[in-house]
Amino acid sequence: MNMHSKTDLRELSYAEAIREAMDIAMVRDERVILMGEDIGVYGGAFGVTGDLVEKYGTDRVMDTPISELGGAGVAVGAAMTGLRPIFEFQFSDFATLGMEQIVNQAAKIRYMLGGAVSVPVVMRFPSGSGTGAAAQHSQSLEAWTAHVPGLKVVQPATPADAKGLLLAALEDPDPVMIYEHKILYKMKGHVPDGYYTTPIGKAAVMREGKDLTIVATSIMVHKALDAAETLAAEGIEAEVIDLRTIRPMDRDTVLASVRKTGRLVCVYEAVKTLGVGAEVSAMVAESDAFDYLDAPIVRLGGAECPIPYNPELEKAVVPQVPDILEAARNLARGRV
Amino acid sequence: MRDTVIPNNVPYAISRYSAEELKEALKKMYLIRKFEEGAEDSYMRGLIHGTMHLSIGQEASAVGSCMSLSDEDKITSTHRGHGHCVAKGADLSRMFAEFFGKESGYCKGRGGSMHIADPSKGNLGANGIVGGGLPIAVGAALSAKRLGTGAVTICFFGDGANNEGAFHEALNMAKVWNLPVVFVCENNKYGMSTSTERSTAVKNIADRAVAYAMPGVTVDGNDFSAVTEAVDAAVERARNGEGPSLVENVTYRWRGHSKSDRNRYRTKEEIAEWQSRDPIAAMAKLLVDHKIATEDEVAGIEADATRIIEEAIAFATEGDNPKIEEVTRDVYTEETAS
Repeated sequence: MNMHSKTDLRELSYAEAIREAMDIAMVRDERVILMGEDIGVYGGAFGVTGDLVEKYGTDRVMDTPISELGGAGVAVGAAMTGLRPIFEFQFSDFATLGMEQIVNQAAKIRYMLGGAVSVPVVMRFPSGSGTGAAAQHSQSLEAWTAHVPGLKVVQPATPADAKGLLLAALEDPDPVMIYEHKILYKMKGHVPDGYYTTPIGKAAVMREGKDLTIVATSIMVHKALDAAETLAAEGIEAEVIDLRTIRPMDRDTVLASVRKTGRLVCVYEAVKTLGVGAEVSAMVAESDAFDYLDAPIVRLGGAECPIPYNPELEKAVVPQVPDILEAARNLARGRV
Repeated sequence: MRDTVIPNNVPYAISRYSAEELKEALKKMYLIRKFEEGAEDSYMRGLIHGTMHLSIGQEASAVGSCMSLSDEDKITSTHRGHGHCVAKGADLSRMFAEFFGKESGYCKGRGGSMHIADPSKGNLGANGIVGGGLPIAVGAALSAKRLGTGAVTICFFGDGANNEGAFHEALNMAKVWNLPVVFVCENNKYGMSTSTERSTAVKNIADRAVAYAMPGVTVDGNDFSAVTEAVDAAVERARNGEGPSLVENVTYRWRGHSKSDRNRYRTKEEIAEWQSRDPIAAMAKLLVDHKIATEDEVAGIEADATRIIEEAIAFATEGDNPKIEEVTRDVYTEETAS
């Protein structure tokens, strides 16, 4: 493959990359259908499905009633009986109305039935704050589903991974939950042409460094990379890991990095307590990598607070680049 | 199946089905009754743990509803689902083995009483969540329509589930998309201890069909022929592309909700009154009255069922327990995830 061909370097937005993945999947596999609220002529609340309904019709791009529980359940039943539904929750917050079908049904049916059926459903959750939509339209609840055996949970941070992880999710025989960050939908990046998959369960080292490890998810990967750039100018070499999948978590990549750097910061937008950072920290503390630590682990997560409306307050409750810089400098200079 | 015009005064089922089919239906009803009695007995003797929800008294609803289904057609079932499983053609030995938690059971000992399923016969499984199967059944019907399989899905649920939000969402979507699904409500009068009078704003649950612009009918769920007539018509509509229907089979569970039930919410007289309307005795009488079977044949069918259940319990007793080291098997399809 020619890595420098013009098409290989084309850029798409994160939303366009997801749409391209769905388009490719629908051409490849007649069983793939899209379901969700206002995903047809409206094109999706965030424009992710766009004009796909014009290409595939309303039988394959199905507007559901405002029925998150029923809609999720229909997707589960369809997945058990031969279709490959991609179900969009309009906002991840609304998935709270569909948790019964996600947690009791999708996640457990295969196990409860002794492996007699699989549930190859894909669900998409537009998540996160930064849109001024306040407490019921801005949450990051990925840890809820990551707590449930039987589900796989991914959080793409780049357009290329948004496409690759969605196509990987459709290849996967089990339910895959995709948490997309709404602020990333317009972010552009290089997206390879055609069909490819990004492996579920593999983290990505986004920047190498020797002084400390920053494990980040979703939008925080970009904030961590911004911080790493500033830190490099100060002589601190931060290694930035994009976790990409939070269930199952890529233990090897995280532990290898911590063994190398001896310092760890976890950055995630969801409420700090009992979140992804707790799991990453425990993973390190319970392993031999603990012996390599030169400083305590630092978690940067959301405040113990619903997402507020006022824009300054909204920014204040989730980690920002200066927070990462401060934590990294303190760690690197032995102040923790 | 007979292809003749139904004569006057002959019950629907007698005209519609062959003698062999009717005798097989009676056998399944006996198998359900004796499965439940065997399960209860095994529990009393301490051979199994957990709880169970017995469907004794509801056999005509389960068997009558499934009469016109093939193995390609699907059902979703409930926590009171043993009868549906038998009606859809499950193997009694594997059912009992699951009840005993054995590796040879339908769910390899992972599911138990509330999750027995047999996808090879179109049974997508019982469900421990009241109303959990309603949207799943709509999904199965969506697959059938989209993939053009011609299959119909019967969604069994109880009177309790009709007050769940999932009921509203599922029936609405089934009609909006005109899907081949039949919602069969087994109204046994109580959601655990709470009667339909105390929980449900309408007198008949089938009245709610109006809200979804689909046909709705209430029938005597202990009358095999009445159940069959209503559900067969609904299945035929679904198969012809005429969309979903709601059928309410009014019936009664002779036993309590589960093993913890002390029957404090209903009277002995009420239970006795319903026991006098035994659906199996009525079915046997129907077959004898219409010379489909002699009384000796009926006795033979019952004896066959008894023998099958005894063999099933022996099979289950002898089966191996699952290996503890394999407890996480089947959480995922591929064993790479953790």
